[in-house]
Amino acid sequence: MREWLIQNYPEWPILWKVVLPVVTIGIFFTCLLLCVAYLSLLERKVIGYMQVRIGPNRVGPFGLGQPIADVLKLFFKEIIFPKASNFYLFIVAPILAVAPALAVWAVVPLGEKWVFADINIGLLYILTMSSLGVYGILIAGWASNSKYALLATLRSAAQVVSYEIAMGFALVGVVMAANSLNLREIIQAQSGSILHWYMVPLFPLLIVYWISAVAETNRAPFDVVEGESEIVAGHHVEYSGTVFAAFFLAEYANMILVSSVASILFLGGWLSPFQGIPVLETWFQDVPGLIWLVIKICGFLLLFLWFRATFPRFRYDQIMRLGWKVLIPITLIWIFVVGGLQVWKVGPWFT
Amino acid sequence: MLNWLKQFLKSIAFWELLKGMRVTGRHFFVKKITIQYPEEETPKSPRFKGLHALRKYPNGEERCIACKLCEAVCPAVCITIDSDESSDGTRRTTRYDIDLFKCIYCGFCEEACPVDAIVLTSQDKYCFENQGENIMTKEKLLAIGDQFEQEIAKDREADRSYR
Repeated sequence: MREWLIQNYPEWPILWKVVLPVVTIGIFFTCLLLCVAYLSLLERKVIGYMQVRIGPNRVGPFGLGQPIADVLKLFFKEIIFPKASNFYLFIVAPILAVAPALAVWAVVPLGEKWVFADINIGLLYILTMSSLGVYGILIAGWASNSKYALLATLRSAAQVVSYEIAMGFALVGVVMAANSLNLREIIQAQSGSILHWYMVPLFPLLIVYWISAVAETNRAPFDVVEGESEIVAGHHVEYSGTVFAAFFLAEYANMILVSSVASILFLGGWLSPFQGIPVLETWFQDVPGLIWLVIKICGFLLLFLWFRATFPRFRYDQIMRLGWKVLIPITLIWIFVVGGLQVWKVGPWFT
Repeated sequence: MLNWLKQFLKSIAFWELLKGMRVTGRHFFVKKITIQYPEEETPKSPRFKGLHALRKYPNGEERCIACKLCEAVCPAVCITIDSDESSDGTRRTTRYDIDLFKCIYCGFCEEACPVDAIVLTSQDKYCFENQGENIMTKEKLLAIGDQFEQEIAKDREADRSYR
């Protein structure tokens, strides 16, 4: 598309320099928002099914209109600003929550060529952006001037900071194995067969990454930040209407993001699981990489929902114990193991 | 020592968590028990105690003889009865009011009634839109009795052998 524009309209550089990127970003965000909307429906359906209910099924066939109805409802609701809140910070907080959650997607490769910014520090960028997201929560809790929101803020600050360390160390293992911070190169380093994926040599890191990812997105069982039964709704207890929708969007966009990062780093991103298997490889040759990536992401998202339907909320001190005393030591040990594997050039992974 | 090792390995392998996830995972495929209300309803017992009604004999004569046993037995004191001699010389009610806001649907009035006049039908869907509609007058109760007589008779028949 870009080349075609350059060839046919060489006198209009604005077309491929501004219009095309903006349009593609627009299309991508629309898809992302739809994914978020339908993820919320999927969540209600899956949790309902696990509780032997059937979930929402009134709006449209199978309740498929439910997310649309919810979005419309949220848009038409009044935004209430508490009198004692700090108005500007109160407005800035949801923006700070949602902006990094969307900005991260710039470096996530959805296919060989399908990436907005193929930068060589992609993984670092993801880490940076996802840790910026916590400021949204912090400022929301502070600006609301409500005790519940403030409590949630304290909890989230401690939790996210603790789990970011474990998450960072888990990613260090991947970087060591792939010798690159570029997500495309990390995926290409895993090509070969399903056994080449980093989930095999880095399995403990995958587990650690996944647990910290769940904690990082403040999802059950690490949802002390929201903790409906203790502190109402946590940091967004004072938010309503569209500003609440922003927090909701950020949370679900982050869920999809950590799922895609997990599939990119550990499950070979867009690579086909049948690579290297004689007959199946040719059968599934024509399936686009995006399909495989989406399947992997959906698997991780289902895990999110499955966790939420299964586990009770962690106690605050248990969260800290798990983060500092279990996950970080495991990652540290495994980094040494990866170093060893790298030095002695073990297996198909470290050559 | 062996026990400790077993415990340690179990916790490392998330054994308990996986067991929990197996339970929820299994329930994902279990047949759903939701009753989708407006289209489906739960089965109702013939003994269901719903809206009140005053019955009549097949020849159209009111059953109620204004003995006021129901009024006396009512624990919520929601029944008010006035009685007088009717034109044919029988003892009849001139007023039979039930305050549905007070009523606790215990069914004692039905038990107390010697002539099966006041009954609780199995009607469970009714509402009041204006103030004062919660007082069921004699006319309203008789009308309900006329409307659901077949149903009432069927429910009483089904329950007869247990009484």
